[in-house]
Amino acid sequence: MADVQAEAVHVHHAPTGWIRKYVFSLDHKVIGKQYYFLALFSVFVGLFLSILMRWHLVWPDAHIPLLHWLSATGAPNDQMTPEYYLSVMTMHATLMVFFVLTTAPQSGFGNYFLPIQIGAEDMAFPTLNMLSFWTTFVALMVLIATFFVADGPPLSGWTAYPPLSGLGSVTGPGEALGQDLWIVSIALFCVGSLLGALNFIATLLELRTRGMKLMRLPLTCWAWFITAVLALLSFAVLFSAGVLLLLDRLGGTSFFIPAGLVVSDRMIPGHQGGSPLLWQHLFWFFGHPEVYIAILPGMGITSHILSCFARKPIFGYKAMAYSMMAIGFLSFCVWGHHMFVSGMSPYTGFAFSIMTMAIGVPSAIKTFNWLGTLWGGRLRLTTAMLFSIGFVSLFVTGGLSGLFLAQPPVDVNLHAGYFVVGHFHMVMGVAAIFGMIAGTFFWFPKMFGRMMNETLGKIHFWITFTGVYCIFMPMHFLGIAGNIRRYSRFTEVAFLNSPHILNVHEFMSIAAFITGAAQLIFLFNLFWSMFRGKKATENPWEATSLEWTIPSPPPFDNFGGRHPVVRHGPYEYGVPDAAEDFITQDSAEAAAAGS
Amino acid sequence: MTAGGRPGGGNGFGGSNDGGGNWDATPWSVPARAYHTGMWMGIAGIVMIFAAFTSALVVRQGLSTDWVTTAIPRILFLNTAVLGLSSLTLELSRRSLRTRRDAAFARWLYLTVALGLLFVAGQLAAWKELASRGVYLSSNPSSSFFYLLTAAHGIHLLGGIVALLTLALRTQMIVAVPKKRVAVEVTAIYWHFMDALWIYLVILLLVRL
Repeated sequence: MADVQAEAVHVHHAPTGWIRKYVFSLDHKVIGKQYYFLALFSVFVGLFLSILMRWHLVWPDAHIPLLHWLSATGAPNDQMTPEYYLSVMTMHATLMVFFVLTTAPQSGFGNYFLPIQIGAEDMAFPTLNMLSFWTTFVALMVLIATFFVADGPPLSGWTAYPPLSGLGSVTGPGEALGQDLWIVSIALFCVGSLLGALNFIATLLELRTRGMKLMRLPLTCWAWFITAVLALLSFAVLFSAGVLLLLDRLGGTSFFIPAGLVVSDRMIPGHQGGSPLLWQHLFWFFGHPEVYIAILPGMGITSHILSCFARKPIFGYKAMAYSMMAIGFLSFCVWGHHMFVSGMSPYTGFAFSIMTMAIGVPSAIKTFNWLGTLWGGRLRLTTAMLFSIGFVSLFVTGGLSGLFLAQPPVDVNLHAGYFVVGHFHMVMGVAAIFGMIAGTFFWFPKMFGRMMNETLGKIHFWITFTGVYCIFMPMHFLGIAGNIRRYSRFTEVAFLNSPHILNVHEFMSIAAFITGAAQLIFLFNLFWSMFRGKKATENPWEATSLEWTIPSPPPFDNFGGRHPVVRHGPYEYGVPDAAEDFITQDSAEAAAAGS
Repeated sequence: MTAGGRPGGGNGFGGSNDGGGNWDATPWSVPARAYHTGMWMGIAGIVMIFAAFTSALVVRQGLSTDWVTTAIPRILFLNTAVLGLSSLTLELSRRSLRTRRDAAFARWLYLTVALGLLFVAGQLAAWKELASRGVYLSSNPSSSFFYLLTAAHGIHLLGGIVALLTLALRTQMIVAVPKKRVAVEVTAIYWHFMDALWIYLVILLLVRL
């Protein structure tokens, strides 16, 4: 195949016409922004839904203004029914996990910056890239549509466990068309993700510029690469599970539905022999890598930013890269820890427990290396840096509670309670978000040619950082006290209907309202700065990676028709004999040995 | 262009190629190798889809008391042979392109498309036979998996047929522009994978169903 390898294909042309430039663009930078804004829209919808939930939990009988407009059946008289609470919860989680945490960090920032950081002009398959985005967009539209169909959105959670999700309207409002649309939306999302993942992998492996050896890649690139591998292997399994569930619902099959079910005093005919556990295995085989897909890009961004603003090379670059690989590999070995109480053999539980704790090792290596990067650095506490340090803090907090949940005997008590809710919100709902916000502040100058406002950024940071601890730390204590999750109210359960539970919920809700409102500061800062921010130079942060060697914003082909030759590693900061205190990756300046 | 310099000799944009070779001025293009990598990654994804289906089959069979063996329609063996033959014709097509026998390249390609369509027709015939025996998707878990696996493979194969047809309609350009040949290479990889996947599925259906 030598002749095929030697001959290159596809030449890069500048786009013309408004539709080609801004809508069906093939430019990875435009597509990256499209994903980012899709995620931005989704996160505010998801945030709004969470505010509704927190409001309802503390004041279950309250009339929430205009709620009947969202759903006449779900909120008659503006009072949320218990079923609608579960629908709101389902949509909150689905939007956040899929359309925020799986899009922005990977497809948003990754699409924009992976090609630039490796010295390429675009992704390997620009047309496929464009199709991936629009598939994801259609998936979002289908999901949003569930709010507006007759029975509303499904109420089976983002985990959609059958039989609840497999029997249609008999199991509750939203379980008919809403659930069907949900499955279709997720299936479309899987396709978009798979196509995007293969694009990332091919790009990183084949389009690196001269001198960009694998061990000179910025850690962001390593993170996007490993995340893409995880996405490729795990989303395929979710897709299959979704097909099977849809067949159970619409095709009369019984993959997941057992015989003899009675729902609301009605016998469910037409199914037998299926296993709800089969769904759980398939779902969580995807579900666990998914949460690492959500966090790994944030880890890469954090490493990248901490190094830049500590003016020090990342501590232990190779360990960081290998740790991410280890985390990626191990993420496929731990799915059973979501199923400790499903009746599995204790020996199986033990095996999953050991593997889960094993993931703690590379995670801890990364954490200590972040601390090692900060130690002795000349810290520049920009907003991006604050959010990155915040990421480390939240990842430690959230990760530690995971180790408790990794013990089957402990999990028997804590499963399906607020300890779990606190755990995953800390790591996903906050740490990963902090990674995204840090990335926004860091890369905004490059993407939009202007600086974001640092004062607003810092105010936003401190309110948010304090706020999220106020919201999610108490959940751990509530969980230990026995507070069950996915309940729409606690006043009906005697041991929960007491001040020492309810007052904590009120505290958390008020913290949530304040923190939620503070996100508007970020939103304002983002859009105001796009038009009125101070103009950005090529390298306002004095950073080393290749995106900081091109104009802000970059021309359509990134490097102006020529391609950098890389001579240095990605984190040459604090170099003693350099002209300034850093050396960019393509600089001709000599560096210390070992890059 | 920009005035913001970088330390150490690079003169940013608009500067000339300095003697240190700081810029690579060769025109950018996607190496053909990238399409191969992309295709193999796509295949990895499809492998995982069928791995998940296989896992579901094994688990569902193990747990069930209601498994009724589905007799595999005999036509499946004919279909398998047809698909195998289509892989052969595709290889002949590819090699004809390599050795610049353009007419042969196009002919073998069209024959491959025809054999692919024949395979799909044969699969539909198999479904018809099952339906005539009263065995449908929802009849029992065994038949569910039969329809599921053959349909999933068939849909992916149809995608392959669309790709082959697209190539067949563009043989002139492929022959004229050497660097377009990679499209034939990667489509061939996909098609052979579909063949190999089918052989795996036939064995799985025979052994397990």
